[in-house]
Parts: sequence; structure tokens; C-alpha cells
Amino acid sequence: MVVLGQSRSEEKDIVSKITDKARDITGKEVDRVLAYRLEEGSHIPHLFSAQDIEQMAEEYPAQERYPVASMVRRLQAADPGIRLAVVVRGCDERALIELAKQGQVDLERLVLLGLACGEELAGACGCSQPYPSEVLEGEKAEGDLDLGMVEKLEGLPPGERLDYWLSRFNTCVKCFGCRNVCPLCYCKECALDEPELVEPGELPPRLPVFHLVRAVDMAGRCVDCGLCEEACPVGIPLRTLYRKVGEAVESRFDYRPGRSLEEESPLAVLGTEEDVS
Amino acid sequence: MTDYRTVPTICPYCGTGCGMLLEVSGGELIGILPQKGHPVSDGTLCVKGWTSHEFVGSSRRLTSPTIRRGEAAGEASIDEAIGLVARELWRVVDEHGPDSVAFICSAKCTNEENYLVGKLARAVVGTNNIDHCARL
Repeated sequence: MVVLGQSRSEEKDIVSKITDKARDITGKEVDRVLAYRLEEGSHIPHLFSAQDIEQMAEEYPAQERYPVASMVRRLQAADPGIRLAVVVRGCDERALIELAKQGQVDLERLVLLGLACGEELAGACGCSQPYPSEVLEGEKAEGDLDLGMVEKLEGLPPGERLDYWLSRFNTCVKCFGCRNVCPLCYCKECALDEPELVEPGELPPRLPVFHLVRAVDMAGRCVDCGLCEEACPVGIPLRTLYRKVGEAVESRFDYRPGRSLEEESPLAVLGTEEDVS
Repeated sequence: MTDYRTVPTICPYCGTGCGMLLEVSGGELIGILPQKGHPVSDGTLCVKGWTSHEFVGSSRRLTSPTIRRGEAAGEASIDEAIGLVARELWRVVDEHGPDSVAFICSAKCTNEENYLVGKLARAVVGTNNIDHCARL
């Protein structure tokens, strides 16, 4: 039998505080805890109740990340009264904040159990803030939004840059994983399902509609969790694309999705042309 | 939806064997997630894997064999259908020889079931005409 996750390194002991707290509050402050259980060495998402909270993983996964915010959104939608606790990384919290601003989750009814990402993961992700606002477990690693790839591509002549992106988009197998895994993609009707825009059965998807529809949709919404890039079977540098879009929004509106609950999303404000000039 | 769990399994579609998690709530499949760290697919799936929960509860799914009698096709029992297939296959083999038939097996079956299809074709019927749906 293959045991998953054996390569997990020095971050092995980082959980107990989260697990302790989860066991403490389940059945009291909260009804359920969205966390992980271990099966065959792999951390898999699970919603615990007071009955099975003892099976919650003692150690939190160092590397594996799942779209936790989407799970919270669906759980709250199905049962608006549910009192829920959830283990969150920095990116999960950003996604929840952005979803809350869009009326998709209720943070008031949510207890966040904060987990700081280890240095290894934080570095690999190039995350702006690899820890949530309140950290229960783990050491805060320094956050530094990695725009290296964005800058590198912008240094190329326009023709070469276009060639680069088209060659990457051409490898797309249209699995829709980038959309499916995205915590901010909650639309019931999606432009990517419109046969006029994305013809069923056509591979690669017509250039560059598929990827640009997503990129435009990510403007002012993408929290840079990077789950899309992790889910891409052909390794299209989606995070770089969405970081560029995010940079465009930030430079004009000083808005970074998920950074704070107080900042108003430019998508939520009806302004005039002067406001953006 | 006060219960939610994920169940690790292997994608049923082809022979690659990607790892995925079934999202289960209220006794129903509500979604699929690629399994992170899986040695074959490491957190990725193709469109078939991502949508493979959709057919499970589909009303268009075939739930029993159908036998055509004259113009009309009607539901039949498994025993009845297998009996008919066996008789007709043997009739064809008797009349035209073992290589007049072929066996198509499936990535949706287990390794052991596919092995048995191979045995059935080669040892029982006597043909090497075997293929499967997951020729990648």
C-alpha cells in the first residue's frame, strides 16, 4: 500500500493546539468542526461532530490544502443555523472574508481555528500573508507576494509574451478544475458553461476566451490561494495570470481581495469615471 | 447538510488511476475533489474525474438489462440477459469459430474482473480478441 504524505517534514507536531481547541468547543460553542481526518496517511476533509471529534487528525497537514471556504459556504447555505468551526490558513481566511463581503458566508456564525503555514509552504506559495489574523498554531512565516513571474513576463517583448501565454493555454485539457476548485467561484450559472463561448468538445478551448473569461472574473475577487494552479493537470501558470489581474486592481483601487473585512470591494461600489482616474 | 465527509477512492473512468475524494452528505454524492498528494495524480483530475459523481444518481442511468424482442425492448433479469448472451455467443462461435467474437472489458471493473474476462476469452472461448475502454 502506498502511504501518502510520507514526505511531510519538520512540520509534524504542529497541531495539537487546534485539535485540543476543536475537541474543547465541539458540542458546546459549535455543533460541527470542519477539519481533517487521517486515512491511509492522507489528510482528508471531514465535518466532525461531538460524536466523532476524537477522530480528528492530531497533526495538521503541512502541504495539502483543500477549498475549505467553499465547503463552509455550502454548509452554511444548506443549514443557516449551523454553528461551525473551521481550521483556516491565511488563504482560507482571505477567501472567507471575500465570500462574506459578497454575502456568501456569515463570519458571525463561524469560529476560525487559525493555522500558520510553515516556511516551506509559505515560500513555495509566494503568499502575501501565509497566516490568518489569529494564529492558534504554527509560527508566522514572513509573507511576500511573489510577483517575480509577472515581472519576468512583462520584461518580454509583447509578441514573445503573447506566444508564451498562447503556448500554455494551448495545453489546456479543459478539465474545469481551475473553476471547480476556486473558492470564489460560486455562480450558479457560469460563462464557461455557455456553448457560444466555450464550445463543448473543442480542445484546446478556443483561445483565449476560456482563460480570459476566468482572468476577468478573478479581478477583485482572487485571493491568491493558488488552488487553481495546484489543480491544473498541465501546469498552466494560472496564479501568475491572476496575480497580474490582481495587481491591476490593486494599483487602481488600492484593493486586495480578502485583506480586510472593512475594505470595500470596487466591484461592490457604483462610482463615476473620476473615481477610477 | 449537517454531515459532510470525504471518501478517498480511485477515479472509475480510465486506467490511469487518479486519486479523488468523494464528497458525501446526507447519503448522497455532492461533489468530487482531487486528492492532494496522491502518487498518481497529485491533486489533479481531468474533466471526467471532476464530473464522475454526476452519473451515480442520474435518472438516465441504466439500472437493469434490456432485451429486445421483435420491435419492443423490455426490462429483463440479469440471469435472463446473461443466459441469452451466452447462448447467442456460443451459437456464433459454433457457426463461425472463436475469432468471430471479441471481448471488450472495462477500466470501471476491478483488476480481478478484467483478469477473468481475459480467462473467459482465451481459455473458455478460445480467442485473443480482447480490448478495453481505457486504451490511452
